[in-house]
Amino acid sequence: MAIRERLSGNEAVAIAMRQINPDVMAAFPITPSTEIPQYFSTFVANGQVDTEFVPVESEHSAMSACVGSEAAGARTLTATSSCGLALMWEELYIAASCRLPIALACVNRALSGPININCDHSDSMGARDSGWIQIYSENNQEAYDNFVQAYRIAEHKDVRLPIMICQDGFITSHAVENINLLEDKEVKDFVGEYNPQEYLLNQEHSMAVGPYDIPAYYMEHKKQQATAMENAKQVILDVAAEFEKISGRKYGLFETYKLDDAECAIVIINSAAGTAKDAVDKLRAEGKKVGLLKIRVFRPFPAKEIAEALKNVKVLAVMDRCEGFSSQGGPLGAEVKSALYTAGSTAKVVDYIYGIGGRDVRVENIEEVYGALFDILATGNVGETYRYLSLRD
Amino acid sequence: MSSVDFINENINWKDITPGGEVYEGGTAFGFRTGDWRVSIPEYIVDKCKQCLLCTPVCPDSAIPVKDGKRADFDFDHCKGCGICAKVCPFGAIVMKKEEK
Repeated sequence: MAIRERLSGNEAVAIAMRQINPDVMAAFPITPSTEIPQYFSTFVANGQVDTEFVPVESEHSAMSACVGSEAAGARTLTATSSCGLALMWEELYIAASCRLPIALACVNRALSGPININCDHSDSMGARDSGWIQIYSENNQEAYDNFVQAYRIAEHKDVRLPIMICQDGFITSHAVENINLLEDKEVKDFVGEYNPQEYLLNQEHSMAVGPYDIPAYYMEHKKQQATAMENAKQVILDVAAEFEKISGRKYGLFETYKLDDAECAIVIINSAAGTAKDAVDKLRAEGKKVGLLKIRVFRPFPAKEIAEALKNVKVLAVMDRCEGFSSQGGPLGAEVKSALYTAGSTAKVVDYIYGIGGRDVRVENIEEVYGALFDILATGNVGETYRYLSLRD
Repeated sequence: MSSVDFINENINWKDITPGGEVYEGGTAFGFRTGDWRVSIPEYIVDKCKQCLLCTPVCPDSAIPVKDGKRADFDFDHCKGCGICAKVCPFGAIVMKKEEK
């Protein structure tokens, strides 16, 4: 039986964590993810979970503790944002290359500077090449559902990689919305017990984790790690299919919205997708053929599937909620354009930097983007491919 | 099978262990640091008083001791650092350039 509730994104994720009842949580507070370890430490204090809570003195230590704990054989998680994730950088790569299925709740916030605490994807996008699986969430429901699915993906024997479940700072993390929760037992049965084949605290079988890799071995390990990331794609779909059976909610690698016959479309991540769907509805009511593709899984990047879904689109805007300083657009733009080029697409593509540092994204802003796409469709002239939305000129 | 036997420079990416994990202890013994040697110690048995000052200072445990007496060097692991020659009060260890 689903439980109807009203929760913020942070509360929703903290409840998912309680229902999972992990072995260890090591965390350090940072806005806007602070509430997640705060709520969770209350569950620990109340005896609602069996988790060892490690209140570390920095995020560098948080991820280090997670690496040690997961290697020891304990199901481990953490939560962070922005500069906290940046301080974990070194250990993010270690967690991934040691193939440790740690789960991290990332509440997306701008990286300094200038110092800013608001929604922006520069934190998790900066970690996109660290070898973590990255799944993004449009709202509190998706943040909860994605977190419940996280360990089934990360711990799968064909994957064994850490996983980051991302949601937008404040917009999702602090706004209270309706949500359907699963029963504790349903989550417990779905997630199951963690039984790693090899782990450091196994007295019967000693092992070494993270040894020095000389040039004769490093490439073989990286190819193996990259293959695990490729394998994650199918596992994500399989876990989503199982999750649908208990929740009734369907998840894929991405979501398409009115895309089938769309001439102009946008690709977008996280909460602004909700706003953009309203813009699509409004323009559709005016008879305009517009659609949307919302990324759920950014790592591994479903390039072929995205190119296939966009094959009929003539003009496309890729929406980047962070700068890449490549002078061409942001990281999502680069990925999508690369996918389209590889698939032989002739679509015209522009990259928009939008909503960074918490800049408001309204329905009319997205309508403006579609308007610009129709101009390109009418004139055949793409113009500037690297644009800023809602910038004061 | 011991990891030392199957992890070698001919292993392919499919068979190599995830993250380079090594599924047993004491595997440093299988790593021949003796390859690094430039100088080689010579053990002069006649001058040795079996005081055993050399054994604990060896960074590679390359001076085997049996029944309270040291034997000749373990040249698979001796890196030729010369610390043993430095601590020997009796001139029973002499460093020489190794000819390869």
